[in-house]
Amino acid sequence: MSILNSKIPEGPLAEKWSKHKGAIKVVSPANKRKLEIIVVGTGLGGASAAASLAELGYKVKAFCYQDSPRRAHSIAAQGGINAAKNYQNDNDSVHRLFYDTIKGGDYRSREANVYRLAEVSPNIIDQCVAQGVPFGREYGGLLDNRSFGGVLVSRTFYARGQTGQQLLIGAYQALNRQIAKGAVEMYSRHEMLDVVKIDGKARGIIARDLVTGKIKRFGAHAVVVATGGYGNVFFLSTNAMGSNGSAAWQCYKHGAFMSNPCFVQIHPTCIPVHGDQQSKLTLMSESLRNDGRVWVPKKKEDAVKLQKGEIGPNDIKDEDRDFYLERRYPSYGNLVPRDVASRAAKERCDEGFGVNGEGKAVFLDFKYSIERLGKKVIEARYGNLFQMYEKITDVDPYKEPMMIYPAIHYTMGGTWVDYNLMTTVPGLYAIGEANFSDHGANRLGASALMQGLADGYFILPYTIGDYLADEIMVPKIDTNKPEFEAAEKAVTGRIEILFNIKGKKTVDYFHKKLGQIMWDNVGMARNAEGLKIAIAEIKKIREEFWSDVKVPGELNNLNPELEKAGRVADFIDIGELMARDALDRNESCGGHFREESATEEGEAKRNDELFTYVSCWEFKGERKEPELHKEPLKFENIKLSQRSYK
Amino acid sequence: MSKFLMTSIGRKFLMSITGLFLVMFIGVHLTINLLLIVDNSGELFNQGAEFMATNPLIKIMEPILGLGFMIHIFWSFFLEYKNWKARPVKYAAKNMGASSSWASRNMLVLGALVLVFLVMHIIDFFWVIKFNPHTMPKTAEGLEDTYTLVASLFKESIVYGLFYILGGVLLGIHLSHGFWSAFQTLGLNNKNWLKRLQFVGKLYAIVIAVGFSIIPLYFMLGLYK
Amino acid sequence: MADKILKKLNIKVWRQNRASEKGKFENYTIENISTGSSFLEMMDILNNELIEKGIDPIAFDHDCREGICGTCSLYINGRPHGPDTEVTTCQLHMRKFKAGETITIEPWRARAFPVIKDLIVDRSAFDKILQAGGFVSVNTGGVPDANTIPVAYDDAEEAMDAAACIGCGACVAACKNSSAMLFVSAKVSHLAKLPQGRVEAKSRARNMIAKMDELGFGGCTNTGACEAECPKSISIVNIARLNREYLVARMSE
Repeated sequence: MSILNSKIPEGPLAEKWSKHKGAIKVVSPANKRKLEIIVVGTGLGGASAAASLAELGYKVKAFCYQDSPRRAHSIAAQGGINAAKNYQNDNDSVHRLFYDTIKGGDYRSREANVYRLAEVSPNIIDQCVAQGVPFGREYGGLLDNRSFGGVLVSRTFYARGQTGQQLLIGAYQALNRQIAKGAVEMYSRHEMLDVVKIDGKARGIIARDLVTGKIKRFGAHAVVVATGGYGNVFFLSTNAMGSNGSAAWQCYKHGAFMSNPCFVQIHPTCIPVHGDQQSKLTLMSESLRNDGRVWVPKKKEDAVKLQKGEIGPNDIKDEDRDFYLERRYPSYGNLVPRDVASRAAKERCDEGFGVNGEGKAVFLDFKYSIERLGKKVIEARYGNLFQMYEKITDVDPYKEPMMIYPAIHYTMGGTWVDYNLMTTVPGLYAIGEANFSDHGANRLGASALMQGLADGYFILPYTIGDYLADEIMVPKIDTNKPEFEAAEKAVTGRIEILFNIKGKKTVDYFHKKLGQIMWDNVGMARNAEGLKIAIAEIKKIREEFWSDVKVPGELNNLNPELEKAGRVADFIDIGELMARDALDRNESCGGHFREESATEEGEAKRNDELFTYVSCWEFKGERKEPELHKEPLKFENIKLSQRSYK
Repeated sequence: MSKFLMTSIGRKFLMSITGLFLVMFIGVHLTINLLLIVDNSGELFNQGAEFMATNPLIKIMEPILGLGFMIHIFWSFFLEYKNWKARPVKYAAKNMGASSSWASRNMLVLGALVLVFLVMHIIDFFWVIKFNPHTMPKTAEGLEDTYTLVASLFKESIVYGLFYILGGVLLGIHLSHGFWSAFQTLGLNNKNWLKRLQFVGKLYAIVIAVGFSIIPLYFMLGLYK
Repeated sequence: MADKILKKLNIKVWRQNRASEKGKFENYTIENISTGSSFLEMMDILNNELIEKGIDPIAFDHDCREGICGTCSLYINGRPHGPDTEVTTCQLHMRKFKAGETITIEPWRARAFPVIKDLIVDRSAFDKILQAGGFVSVNTGGVPDANTIPVAYDDAEEAMDAAACIGCGACVAACKNSSAMLFVSAKVSHLAKLPQGRVEAKSRARNMIAKMDELGFGGCTNTGACEAECPKSISIVNIARLNREYLVARMSE
């Protein structure tokens, strides 16, 4: 246990952060100029951190695999960003946001971290407005708010259905300003392939220039990983095609612990899979559940006819429709949290009531709200989402219900960090979705954006100083050191091995196969037997991958297949760790549902006695079993209770 | 200032200013020309021509107008050349009609055709009136009879008439884009005025095209009789 | 509604191994594509077939596949983002094509967007333009409360309309002059419409236009093709605003 020092400050919850800030070390401006920091990833966390650190005077190198930092997948977030501003005078407060987040996360996150998140949340909104983020406003000119699932107040700020885009553009603008000043060196189309440690401290990275294929060394006094989540382990997800877990995985291999990897959020409202040619799932905003009613047919024969395409949804009478969320959860109805809604949809489809050709979809019907409010109101609220749905499916949701199905969306688990956001490797930090810290076993809507920006703007720029203050005597990192030499050699070696397998099967073949195993066994419902099968199957995939994958193209040229191959190789390993973690956690909490731990009605049942901890996995070598450490979770300000949405 | 005119917006600024200036000239020109068909005696038109030839303000404007024409024409080639250079490798399959009007994409072509017409037009009338007044027909009072000069040309040759109609139409098409485009370039546009300016521009283009076409038609069809 | 199968499609696509090498069109055929597939899924399938045949797959840019990141490009049958309106290529679906059709796929063509490989072009010129002034010069921290300055509803909406730009480059690709004016005007408008951005409006317009010209984009001749092909329908009214901001900035020098 001693390895894990979460460095949570003593004292009352509300004073921890300010006390901590007062206690940690600060680097003088003259010394900041001499210190270099690498930031990998330019989403909300990475871009905001890189910009803020550069403003402070540090020399920053920022990396992204995309062609521009503006394209990081934070951009796809739709609904909004939470902040305890209490602008609506509805009795919101830092404490209420803190409480909602802990409860929403099913009591598997750290109190101190979550409280700090809630505490800095108002600053984020101020900062974004100052940058020119065009948040939605009321006619009086002040900021408007929305309400979101699992919450009783209106605290969500939004920019139409493109909040993530606008916040990212804000951070990207700040980053651009620093790039123009020369304070940030930007490396687009560069992928981090390894972290370099010298004397136990993170001192740089090895990255591949994705255009030329050149392997390059970059040194720094600290390395920040802001590379998002690993949801693409499942092949089909709402993540971008390039989103990957490789940077975090390299950190893991160098001693950064991986925490709660099995905590994955499955979003209930995505456009269902069609056929076998699909590459990606599209999310439809959670806000749709405010006015749409979810249903499947009551009678199985109707479902069968729907599946065969013999009848349409409008042929089924109201009395033959099963509004199963309203039936099962009368008080929350269609607005139950994401994990609950997802499981309920799966349950109906598993029972044979699915409504598309594959039997894996449920209806989200706007007929009733159109009757009640009129088409115009619905159009004003969801016009752009309806348009997007029609473009993709060729179905007009004003006339026919949407078809939706759950899909992998976000990973709450990630690299373990202490209160300073530092991993178990000194000088190596993880922020945003890449770390595990704030969302427990389930993330509330509109909280991912909040966390990314909180980490990047207001937490890391302070806490990193505590570490760097002791590094001021360290000269500019020399990338000719043997550690860099060795790391580069290892990276080049791995790429060459992959490239020279010259097998028969494409990278996508393995990725799809892995995804299927993960979805079937480490998806919405998990059990010990399935998880053991998954671990065994993944091992087989690994063997097959490393002996039969085919990577075309050239090493020293732009080569998307080579990029994918490296990422899939890591996904295989991550998938196995996820299954292991899920197997260890024999309780149901948040997005993690173990069939062995359910109430009689099939609802999730937490086991606080045995599992009130953060699982922290330590790498013990390739193809060796990792070691599990546990960080116990202490709840001093909140009483644990079983979630109920009935 | 010269630096400003070399910027992408500066280049267009010059085109807009000169263009709008020419738009005004064309309006005055058409108004006077329409006197050709208002008064068959030719007296009104001749008076108009006399006024244009002797009024000091017009005298001052004449070289400025000439300069406006020159700048608008020469600058357009420069501007198009710069724009053309911005795409060294062209597309193999283009479907530009899906997104923009033919006129808007072919302002240089239209302008060049109008220029051909303009040269002919200058040789036919302006040159004669300005530099060879002795060859002009005279009225009973011995004044220069511009009316007869114009009218006889259209009466005698159908080809001439058709050529002038074509010139008017080409000019109209040029203006159908040019008019509102000039306002847009000068920044004199917003979401409310976009449609209005485009409408006024089209209307003006039609007036110009029809206006200049009915004059030769009037004589070709013998309506003066 | 029901998906059909397109038996056969002819794909004529630009292949260019790297910037320094010459490129040319290659023809491929692909069979049994569902009309419910997206255009990029069709490309994935084609690429997997090419890999199996030992041919280097076609490189193309793509990432989020939900029309917001702006990574995907492709000039398809003579139009950026292909034959549909208000979509990016990743949202374009195969139901817009007919069986037996020849689909011509080219990269964005512009001096400022050189080809990197096949259909991938270098759009870093857009980043450079924004680095020249597409920001509000505030540091993190020390800013006033978000509600200190009220912003008129309509102004905020107009700013948002402009800020919806995804930086895909379709405007440049569509423009006969390869002009980046719609892109630049979207950023200038977004910030000029808000009091926070208004402060630097003049220098922003001046610096961004200077950078745009320097990078080799053409000028605007108001054809409106950019707006028509913009997946986010950014209005050319923004270009008028940019012109105004720029002219005022230059006049006041």
